[in-house]
Amino acid sequence: MLNWIWLALVAISVLVGALTGRLEAVTRAAFDGARTAVEISFGLVGIMTLWLGLMRIAEAGGSVRLLARAIRPLARRLFADVPAEHPALGAMLLNIAASWLGLGNAATPLGLKAMEELQRLNPRPDTASDAQVTFLALNTACITVVPATIIAVRVSLGSADPTEIVLPTLLASCCATVAAVTAARLLARLRPFRLPPPEHRGEDP
Amino acid sequence: MSLAEFARAASTWLIPLLLLAIPLLAAVRRVKVYEVFIDGAKEGFGVALRIIPYLVAILMAVGMFRASGAMDLFVTALSPVTAALGMPAEVLPVALLRPLSGSGTLGVVTELMKTHGPDSFIGRLAATLYGSTETTFYVLAVYFGAVGIRRTRHAVAAGLAGDLAGVVAAVLLCRWIFG
Repeated sequence: MLNWIWLALVAISVLVGALTGRLEAVTRAAFDGARTAVEISFGLVGIMTLWLGLMRIAEAGGSVRLLARAIRPLARRLFADVPAEHPALGAMLLNIAASWLGLGNAATPLGLKAMEELQRLNPRPDTASDAQVTFLALNTACITVVPATIIAVRVSLGSADPTEIVLPTLLASCCATVAAVTAARLLARLRPFRLPPPEHRGEDP
Repeated sequence: MSLAEFARAASTWLIPLLLLAIPLLAAVRRVKVYEVFIDGAKEGFGVALRIIPYLVAILMAVGMFRASGAMDLFVTALSPVTAALGMPAEVLPVALLRPLSGSGTLGVVTELMKTHGPDSFIGRLAATLYGSTETTFYVLAVYFGAVGIRRTRHAVAAGLAGDLAGVVAAVLLCRWIFG
């Protein structure tokens, strides 16, 4: 699916750019995007290193297993193919907690750590597992308790009540999360998205 | 204590508490915390580097789409549909841009709040839309990029379903609360 979306974005951009005479801007935007991508990933190096170090301590000390046990009832439903008390569950809980609180700096590294743990359980390294898609859905439609950035902008623009959007934001993001997770669960069964059967090893008759 | 105050206190305390509790708990169990930290931290650079190709692919395509004016055409084509939902045409670019670019959306939202006032219906709805979902394509590139997944299966569809539900819910809620 991403193949088609990506192709469509690029092809439409060049065509429309040619028709509207903005081809130079299109080229510049492509190069700018590439540079921004590198800046973002290098910006992640420090914080990523910090959290991966801390998470390794948490694994060795048993706190990840403790957290995993805490969310077992919910995890068993959402992530049926992840074994109980697997470190992935602890990392996922920390990621969700951090992103609900708007701590993006901690949420991304913890989410990547969780993804890595899920990848250990994934028999097809280049194809997303059901658990990975569900976890991604949780993150792309994340529940927002305090939309700190937008509140700050509203304060700077002199809003009479900068936090009045907290309640609708919270409720709307809950709807988004429920919809994304439900879609992740239901779509997994559709033919174009279904996982291929496990590969056979050795010689088949 | 209101919900917002509680959440603010929680976000101040969560990280320091984790920084304290995780090493302390491990030390009690005789884990050599410094050595183990270094061991885990070694992977940080590799993970960050692994994301680059995925992020370049997404950010260049999104950047081109916006710069070419295709985004504006899309908005013009869709606005009759969203008008029926009760969404002012000015806010539609926010909803369409949200899954593609976080910083781009924030720019448009800020501009709308400046032009129409942060306490206008348009300003409130734009602010709600910004907070109600994440940047789907960015999250997808970073999270799958970090583990080298190229076949994303239904992840895009699930993420966009969430975005769509978030937009509809934000419009209905804002009409109901601020109507």
